[in-house]
Amino acid sequence: MGILEVSNVNKRFGGLQALGDVNLDIAQGTVHAIIGPNGAGKSTLLNVLIGKLVPDTGTVMFDGKSVLGRKPYEINQMGISRVFQTPEIFGDLTVFENMLIPCFAKRDGTFRLHALESIASEKGIIEKAEQMLSDVAMIDKRGMTASSLSRGDKRRLEMAMCLVQEPKLLLLDEPTAGMARADTNNTIELLNHIHESRDITMVIIEHDMHVVFSLAKRITVLAQGSPLVEDTPENIKGHPKVKEAYLGEAAA
Amino acid sequence: MLGLSKKDTTFLVVVIFLTLMTPILLQPFPEGSVLAQFNAGYPDLMQRFAIYGIFAIGFNILFGLTGYLSFGHAAFLGVGSYSVVWMYKLLGYNVVPGLLLAVVTAGLFALLIGYISLRRSGIYFSILTLAFAQMSFNLAYSVLTPLTNGETGLQVYTDDPQILMGAGSPNSPHFFGIVMNESAKIDVGGWQFTFNNGYYFCAIIAIIVFYLSLRIFRSPFGIMLRAIKTNQTRMTYTGLNPRPYTLAAFVISGMYAGLAGGLLASMDPLAGAERMQWTASGEVVLMTILGGAGTLMGPILGAGFIKYFENIFSKINDDILHTWFAALPDGLEDAIVFMVHPFIGKGWSLTLGLLFMMVVIFLPGGLIEGGNRIWRLVTGRSRNRNTPGKDAQHHPKPTAHVN
Amino acid sequence: MDALILQFLNGLDKGSAYALIALGLTLIFGTLGVVNFAHGAMFMIGAFCAVAMQSMLNISKVTLDPTKLDFLGNPAQIRTPMVESLFGPELGGSIINWSVPLSILLAIPVMLALGFIMERGLIKHFYKRPHADQILVTFGLAIVLQEIIKYFYGANPIPTPAPDAFRGSIDFGVLIGYAQNTIIYPAWRLVYFTFSAVIIAAVFAFLQFTTFGMVVRAGMADRETVGLLGINIDKRFTIMFGIAAAVAGMAGAMYAPINSPNYHMGMDFLVLSFVVVVVGGMGSLPGAVLAGFLLGVVESFASMNEVKSLIPGIDQIIIYLIAIIILLTRPRGLMGRKGVMEE
Repeated sequence: MGILEVSNVNKRFGGLQALGDVNLDIAQGTVHAIIGPNGAGKSTLLNVLIGKLVPDTGTVMFDGKSVLGRKPYEINQMGISRVFQTPEIFGDLTVFENMLIPCFAKRDGTFRLHALESIASEKGIIEKAEQMLSDVAMIDKRGMTASSLSRGDKRRLEMAMCLVQEPKLLLLDEPTAGMARADTNNTIELLNHIHESRDITMVIIEHDMHVVFSLAKRITVLAQGSPLVEDTPENIKGHPKVKEAYLGEAAA
Repeated sequence: MLGLSKKDTTFLVVVIFLTLMTPILLQPFPEGSVLAQFNAGYPDLMQRFAIYGIFAIGFNILFGLTGYLSFGHAAFLGVGSYSVVWMYKLLGYNVVPGLLLAVVTAGLFALLIGYISLRRSGIYFSILTLAFAQMSFNLAYSVLTPLTNGETGLQVYTDDPQILMGAGSPNSPHFFGIVMNESAKIDVGGWQFTFNNGYYFCAIIAIIVFYLSLRIFRSPFGIMLRAIKTNQTRMTYTGLNPRPYTLAAFVISGMYAGLAGGLLASMDPLAGAERMQWTASGEVVLMTILGGAGTLMGPILGAGFIKYFENIFSKINDDILHTWFAALPDGLEDAIVFMVHPFIGKGWSLTLGLLFMMVVIFLPGGLIEGGNRIWRLVTGRSRNRNTPGKDAQHHPKPTAHVN
Repeated sequence: MDALILQFLNGLDKGSAYALIALGLTLIFGTLGVVNFAHGAMFMIGAFCAVAMQSMLNISKVTLDPTKLDFLGNPAQIRTPMVESLFGPELGGSIINWSVPLSILLAIPVMLALGFIMERGLIKHFYKRPHADQILVTFGLAIVLQEIIKYFYGANPIPTPAPDAFRGSIDFGVLIGYAQNTIIYPAWRLVYFTFSAVIIAAVFAFLQFTTFGMVVRAGMADRETVGLLGINIDKRFTIMFGIAAAVAGMAGAMYAPINSPNYHMGMDFLVLSFVVVVVGGMGSLPGAVLAGFLLGVVESFASMNEVKSLIPGIDQIIIYLIAIIILLTRPRGLMGRKGVMEE
């Protein structure tokens, strides 16, 4: 039994079938990529997974519990962290403060009125945040305002903020979109490093085949809202159906 | 000390020193000298420094940290004043029960208004708070007259019960016998210093609530509030629910406003509905922005600045101007007086409006930011130094979810 | 029934003012995306255009009449308004009498100019700044404008009467088949309502039937695309800002006989007009007009004694109450578009 199970999920927008009978079983500890041409339903599926959209039918079970109808912060507290297409960080805060927030969220839950406690006395939290910053080689930038970071560093910081929460599942929404080749390769390296050192399950929604084949252990190809094939990268590469789906897109 | 870093402790000690020495520091010119009109060391004005300082410190916890711009905080100020006067009427002139009630009722009122208003953000939040405050103001003037005494304003009458009033109790607001409107006057050389009980009462409370706000700024809760201002999306996807955080900030700032309103009535046992009008809400916005929203000292500076110049500027008239510029040739003297005239006396609001616009346009960080810029210019330090621990006053850029 | 009709009519004139101010606010918000807290001041300055017109027309030449003495024994001063000496006492007299409607001629150029200066000189620099900054800077501007007016005209309301022809009341009841003296309605308020209807119709016609209006509407819907077509949308938006100011100014000038102008009337109306805009739906012009009249009429009904005895104080809060309910249940307002001012 996988850590994330999507069963018979259907979602319609008006007359459009955005998702049709999606079944996914994502194994613990794997890196699972979801690919497919534009409009295949990748974003819709992601939004279902993070609780932003509720499907018309079907279930999404994470770690034995349903995620449907829960608020994004509840889903995060269940152990799902999300990396956005454009990095979402706290731009006005320093890098170090950015790191503190997920640490507090992990320890204190969705809300706690710790208005008269001093951050300086939170030794454990500070240590954890500093350790994580060192892990992603950003400790020397701890005092910088996050909005002044380079794009690559913003991505790095966002991932560090997700990882410090020790999620069971990391969702990545086109993590290399709009990046230069060098940055893309760095990100791949970082993700591979994270996966190997922490054994986190990852689900990647991705367009760039280079990224997908460098990272994924399993791949699901989505076309017109339904899974076409699910297999290892080696088998996906030459699969006639996949070629058809993408060529179809190219022809259109 | 007191759960503060060394730097913050020094900062607090300086603030305490300045606050306690205010009656001396604001009286720099000898009595009878030409400049004596710039002295601000008289009780009435100093009390207002402290009280509006408290109001602004509280407003800053909401607006400065979370970026939610409330145009309705005067409602809590009014509620605070009414609470205190009611306690005078029912119990007696000791201010303690009234102030406690003021904080509690303002807090509950803020909880109600905040719970509803915070379902929206940005301009909608501003308008909701404005609508609630105007509603309270209109009600205080009309149907709630039994509670508020309508246009006359709430005051103590001789036939009020005042059940705790003993024979020897003071007949005006007091704190366990320390009467608010009593002062000790000390003459030193040509100077006269007034040490007023009411001022020191307000000042000590102001120091306590300033210390609390310092703690809030340095707490995990404070970081969460700033996170709300910066990026609510990341916040929810980090497993945090922004709503209770903002609501808590709203209630805390409402309680500060209630306390300030209560203190106003502690100095002068009156409460009127005009204290709830939206112009009063606008005033605290002006103070906070002018001083520097999101900074620790900014709102206090802003409050002091506005209250000082409101008093001093409005007293200056053409005659005084003529004496200042008497050394100049007559024609030039008249021309200058003519040019300055619209901005002084009753024209103070015009000056304030212009100043406020200038600050919003050129100096979004307020007076504190201005001070920092001058400091950097003088010391020649680069502008982008921003290390943690160094941010005794942090300056969030005015971005946020008000968009 | 007749009482209801009277209340309805009473609501219309205030509703007209709300609708006109809200219309301008929405135009500015829709085109420029700016929340303009100084818009109430435009209404106020318009009202003072009427005051200015009145005093300009009354500028007099003073002559001494040695045949009459005043109580100090000096020759009596006789003031003859310049207008009367120019056009003769009869025509001159009626010109003075019609100063409020004539002040429209002053209000339009003054308000257009003020609008252009404001937009080019100040608002332009705030397009990219957050809404909070826009609110704050226009709030500051509103204070400055009203203080300037206070400096010149003082703090007291200045009576600015309507022309004699409209000064009385008309028996509206008779016109619609009721007995005499059941529905008595001040004539000027009917004029005001008619005037507003004309202005509103003119603004809508302008937006609907001219190329200029079409471009502006397209710009309101999707600024970027229109910009990409190589159309200079900014210039048109500046003009719309002027028009919005002029609408508010005319609304204020004609309102002068109903409510003697004072320097803070703008703020009083602004708070309510914001509520109107929110109820109508941010960015929706028909919504602003509809909500303006609706709230004016509702407010008028709420102030009926029968209603007040049922729910005391309801007349004081009804508008705010409606706004709160609308904001919480229909955040887009009555006719708001999707995606306007939402997170």
